[in-house]
Amino acid sequence: MSDVCNNQTRILEVKDLFVSFTEEKSSLFDKKKKIDVLNGISFDMYEGEIVGLVGESGCGKSTLAKSILGLNKITKGDIIHYSQYPQMIFQDPYNSLNPSKTIEFILEESLKNLTKLNVEERRQKAKKRLEQVGLDDHYLIHKPGELSGGQRQRVCIANALMLDPKLLIADEPVSALDVTIQAQIIKLLAGLQKELGLSILFISHDLRVVYELCDRVMIMKDGKIIEDGTVDEVYRNPQTDYTKQLLLSAGIM
Amino acid sequence: MNLRIKKNANSIMGIVLTAIVVIPAIIGIFWTPYDPETINGSLKLAGASWAHPFGCDNFGRDILSRIMLGSSTTFLIGMGTVIGGAVVGTLVGALTGFYGGVIDEVLMRFNDVMLSFPSLLLALTFVAIFGPGKYRVMWALAIAFVPSFARIIRAEFKRVKNMDYVKAARLSGASDFRIMYVHILPNTVKVLINAVLIGFNNAVLAEAGLSFLGIGVQPPDASLGRMLSDSQTYLFTKPSYAIIPGMAIIVMVLGVSMIGKEVE
Amino acid sequence: MKILKKIVSSILVVLVVSTLVFVAFSVIPGDPAVAKLGTMATPEQLENLRQAMGLTDPLPVRYVHWVLGVLQGDFGTSYSYGIPVTDLIADKLPVTVTMAIISMFIMIVLAVVLAIYSAYHEHSLLGRAIGVINQVIMSIPPFFGGIIITLIFGLTFKLFSPGGYISYDINLGKFIGYMIWPAIAIALPKASMAYSLLLSGLIGEKKKDYVRTAYSRGNSSKAVFYRHILKNACIPVITFLGMAFADMIAGTLVIEQVFGIPGLGMILLTSIQNRDYPVVEAIIVCIAVLVIFSNLLVDILYKVVDPRTR
Repeated sequence: MSDVCNNQTRILEVKDLFVSFTEEKSSLFDKKKKIDVLNGISFDMYEGEIVGLVGESGCGKSTLAKSILGLNKITKGDIIHYSQYPQMIFQDPYNSLNPSKTIEFILEESLKNLTKLNVEERRQKAKKRLEQVGLDDHYLIHKPGELSGGQRQRVCIANALMLDPKLLIADEPVSALDVTIQAQIIKLLAGLQKELGLSILFISHDLRVVYELCDRVMIMKDGKIIEDGTVDEVYRNPQTDYTKQLLLSAGIM
Repeated sequence: MNLRIKKNANSIMGIVLTAIVVIPAIIGIFWTPYDPETINGSLKLAGASWAHPFGCDNFGRDILSRIMLGSSTTFLIGMGTVIGGAVVGTLVGALTGFYGGVIDEVLMRFNDVMLSFPSLLLALTFVAIFGPGKYRVMWALAIAFVPSFARIIRAEFKRVKNMDYVKAARLSGASDFRIMYVHILPNTVKVLINAVLIGFNNAVLAEAGLSFLGIGVQPPDASLGRMLSDSQTYLFTKPSYAIIPGMAIIVMVLGVSMIGKEVE
Repeated sequence: MKILKKIVSSILVVLVVSTLVFVAFSVIPGDPAVAKLGTMATPEQLENLRQAMGLTDPLPVRYVHWVLGVLQGDFGTSYSYGIPVTDLIADKLPVTVTMAIISMFIMIVLAVVLAIYSAYHEHSLLGRAIGVINQVIMSIPPFFGGIIITLIFGLTFKLFSPGGYISYDINLGKFIGYMIWPAIAIALPKASMAYSLLLSGLIGEKKKDYVRTAYSRGNSSKAVFYRHILKNACIPVITFLGMAFADMIAGTLVIEQVFGIPGLGMILLTSIQNRDYPVVEAIIVCIAVLVIFSNLLVDILYKVVDPRTR
């Protein structure tokens, strides 16, 4: 699709993806309403690239993210992963950590379920990941309620990295945070990407952040990808009016 | 600060009131000052004395001993009902709330029908089906209480299921069972405790009502409701015979509901 | 349209409930023929009686017979009284309904008057005292409330004579005069719940912006209160009324025992003890119909009062 990455290994392939929801019935007599959210999405992702996915709220970005990770039922199409255990960083750090568990329990959950590591090995790995996201290991015994928003999002990132994934999907990971914290988290993600060679699908509505962080950008509207290219291509020479509008209203063009 | 002290005072009051009835009730399971069954004609409707602080009933039986035994019956039936109802209700609510689908819809319609009925009428119906007696009443009430627990837990599971941390747990490779048991259930505990306290009160009131009607706990088992119905004949000559078991019910229910308010 | 749906689903619920009740009482162990003739009866006698009672037919056939009968107001024949169930309960139903309606009335009056008083005098001594007493009253089981009422108002102040029930077809005035006392016993705990609901609604509404605006426009405070605050605070209470009425109907069954009223409750009890299932089924179905249609009525009332749900 985009020629810059043709020489690299593919990590994700999305082919002709359709997703629609049926509204829950409020009474036995109501007819089900069908709402189309994704209307034929196709794209590839390659090892080591950060892809921005931009669109207005309600265009289906989050649904696409969840569909890729199998958290949604898809109506039609294929999603092929070329890596193990792809992970997600959620938008609201206040909602994405189990309030009744300690940070240690949360971090080690995936190791318990999917690896044969023993107690000590699990703890060592949790400590290492915490350190990588800039948190002291005494946070292990805390519960999410005792942490700030920024700290929580760091824990979420550490958690996403526990299984050594190659692909991360970050669904507006900073939009619920203070502006000063936002910059720190973006910096952290960029650093981790380089250090671990991750591929990141970075979902955002902030074109400035995408420009800073991403190699490639996809513009999404009404459940379709209407533009896909390197950040420079798209920002300098947008092909659609919609993208021009977005750039204009962000004060970039 | 002032509010906090007031809140604490409220919960301490609730615990004290509950303890006033529940501690003698628990002692009553193992020991009572007199044999609650021994009939003594010379003590018929005897007044309060040092030997019999609450006096004696129409058969000359020590009222304190019978209150202790009756409270323990009521307490145990309340506990049994609530545990049975909560376990089955949680199971049904968890599965329907988590999986949804046609079974969920059918069960919940059925549930709505059951819930639109007064719990006393449900209890009466089930007792009519099972017959009277201590354990049958417990079964009848537990079945009658399943729908309300199921509905509360189902709503909680539906709410928590959509939290991002449950999705994160799924990405961590947790099985459905592990998600329900480890990730969702602990976050419903607060609601569950509150439902258990309210359910306990309803069970106590229902058992007392059924026993009062004579179709609940059967003699020789003592029960607060049964004592109340026996006392009615002597209401004018010995009002304390009616007032004491009645107060025992009120104090227990009031105490538990005060504790419940704090949990909220 | 929505109301029509509600009516249809209410009828469906009645059907489901009556089916469940019929099946439940048909599959439980115990032979009604033995219950009627006693264990000394010969096998032939029992067999003849079973034939006569239609007990030898398969369950679906019996069910269809029963439903067709019920639709024509025929609930079968009582095993123990030997007369049609309909005759047995028809003249008792008004007793139950009258008592429930009187206690509903008492509940509403008590709750509204006291809640308005407490909302106006939120911090006064009496207002607080009502709040505390309220919590205690909520915990009083109606049958114990009835005993206390009998003790205080019947035996001590002699305002009525306990056990002196007079049927409505003999003297309607005295009937209602007697019914007030059991009705109070049923109404008290419900009134205290309605009071709490209404009070929190009233205090919540009082603080809202539109009320302040109305006051600042120079509306006299009484007019604001009745036109705005009370009406909006009543909306959540209406849902409670449906539940309360259902509970009150069930409550009458118990309270009858305290006041010696020969109503549905007494027949239900003796029938449960005698395993006289046609009577038990009929009473449960009748009360179910009352409950379901009072809920329906509340739903309709709700739609009329609350413009948001229209």
